[in-house]
Amino acid sequence: MQEREFKADLFDVVEFIHDESKYVAYEKYSYWRSTFRTFFKSKFNIFLITAVTVLVLMAFLYPVFYSSDPYSANTDFYQWNQAPGDGHLFGTDSLGRDIFARTWYGTRTSLLLAFIIAFCDVTIGVFAGAIWGYVKKVDRPMTELYNIVMNVPQTVYLIILSYILRPGFWTIVIAKASRGWLSIGKFIRNKVLVIRDSEYNIASTCLGTPLRRVVIKNIIPFLVSIIIMETALSIPYVIGSEVFLGFIGLGMPTTSVSLGVLVNEGKNSFQNYPYQLIYPTSIVAFITVSFYIIGNRFADSSDPKNHI
Amino acid sequence: MKKYIVKRLFHTMISIIVLSFLVFMLLRLMPIEGYFTREEYESTTPAQRELILIENGIKGKPLRGYLNYMKGAIVFDFGRSNKIYPDVPISTLIIEKAPYSGLLGLASMIISVILGCLMGLGMARGKNKFPDTIGTAYIVTVRAVPRLVYLFFIQVWITGLFMLPLLFYTDRPESWIMPIVSLSLGSIAWYATWLRRFLIDEENKDYIKLARAKGLDEKYIYRNHIFRNAVVPLVHYLPAQLLLTISGSLIIESLYSIPGLGGLLLTAINEMENGLVLALVLIFSTLSVVGIFIGDILMAYVDPRIKLSEEGV
Repeated sequence: MQEREFKADLFDVVEFIHDESKYVAYEKYSYWRSTFRTFFKSKFNIFLITAVTVLVLMAFLYPVFYSSDPYSANTDFYQWNQAPGDGHLFGTDSLGRDIFARTWYGTRTSLLLAFIIAFCDVTIGVFAGAIWGYVKKVDRPMTELYNIVMNVPQTVYLIILSYILRPGFWTIVIAKASRGWLSIGKFIRNKVLVIRDSEYNIASTCLGTPLRRVVIKNIIPFLVSIIIMETALSIPYVIGSEVFLGFIGLGMPTTSVSLGVLVNEGKNSFQNYPYQLIYPTSIVAFITVSFYIIGNRFADSSDPKNHI
Repeated sequence: MKKYIVKRLFHTMISIIVLSFLVFMLLRLMPIEGYFTREEYESTTPAQRELILIENGIKGKPLRGYLNYMKGAIVFDFGRSNKIYPDVPISTLIIEKAPYSGLLGLASMIISVILGCLMGLGMARGKNKFPDTIGTAYIVTVRAVPRLVYLFFIQVWITGLFMLPLLFYTDRPESWIMPIVSLSLGSIAWYATWLRRFLIDEENKDYIKLARAKGLDEKYIYRNHIFRNAVVPLVHYLPAQLLLTISGSLIIESLYSIPGLGGLLLTAINEMENGLVLALVLIFSTLSVVGIFIGDILMAYVDPRIKLSEEGV
């Protein structure tokens, strides 16, 4: 073999160009920036996020824009079952209560319910799942518990718990969360098992990466995206269950205002006054569909395979 | 294989026992008014009521009450209904109502398996194209919008559109159409989602690439390799679904007033008739547990990998 001499003037220093570096190497790769960039690349996602933000803000801040009280019934006969129009944007119900105010108020109650349940599910689920995955001893009893609880059809489970406890806000929280954490826990357990023993983590450990860095850089991003997705996806399910429980008479008490109560009230007067059902339900449907799509889209963009 | 079945059977029995025990104990906490009709309650003294409750296993030693109840349950004797159908044995009620739920459920299951698989196939073939978009829109709507809402709109609007009856009549076959269709909507979406996912997973596997590289006919690959392997995981859920059709759909049976078991549970809840609620919940849970058991066994027969891994242990 002929020896070759490399002279310094054969090479020049190349400037770092951000856009090109994407195609060559991942030197400036940041997981979160890439996730959000992928997510906001789609105009549809931006639209959904904006719309959901506006709706959620509206549900919590509607008294600022609108002065009607959702509870104030009216003794005046002419105020009952008014068609949508001036004064009452969505009309009034059979007791003269303003449906626009009731819709936002109900949305707030149901969103609050959904957020609390999602929070309980996810926090307990992630902790339990992490322990379930890491500690071998708990694996058997936890799996047995999971199998026994999941063997009961979800509707039957919801019904029996709401039947035994007194129907109400916290009953729904208990009934949903006592089951929901298990499925998230199982999901996290499977993920933890896969991540813990995956080759890139073993490689990192072999190369001397401290455990702290492995946890922060390799494991947390994986779990956080799952957590956000699960939270977003559980909101439509919670709202759906609340409406269902209201229908079978085990939901929120009819004196309170929630989407389940609204849907069931609107359903009863649908034949004569269809707007009493249509307006509230279209907002329910829009919120649940948006959360569902956002959850799925976010899951897609949090997958590093879709980042390039 | 035998060892596996015995092991799974043992697990199933334990699940059923634990479940029935928990449900039985929890229902003992309910107010006792739920065990009497109004006249009975007013015409008896508290001491007499106490005696009746002990006899039925609601008061007194919990374990003995449970064992007595289960002894009856095994021979399909759940006591008698008191408020809704005074003095009719609960088992007679169940036998009378189960066929309606079961028939509706079976019909809807056949429809949803066929349509759902077709839809999943279409979506996977036209991935990221028009059929996929339409299918996804359908799935998202069905999954995210509360069921009660769209089922109610279907009952009110679509039945009118096709001049079908708004309620269910046992002697008018055309009144069966809408309940079956509405019952299928959810499960069509379910089958389509999973079949699409499994098909796409399967399509990207190495052996399919090899088959393509060998120059095999695309249709042949799809039919004999991709579809066959993708359908297998769905088999797991079929028995549970089939058995659960007997329990009926609470929403649909109540909307169309179908005299089925789901509707019976709703009436029992509204009337607070504890004995009936207990019997129905036990039956529904047992059906689900047994369905999952059969699904597991079926999977072991269909998928050779499960058998191998079990023998290795």
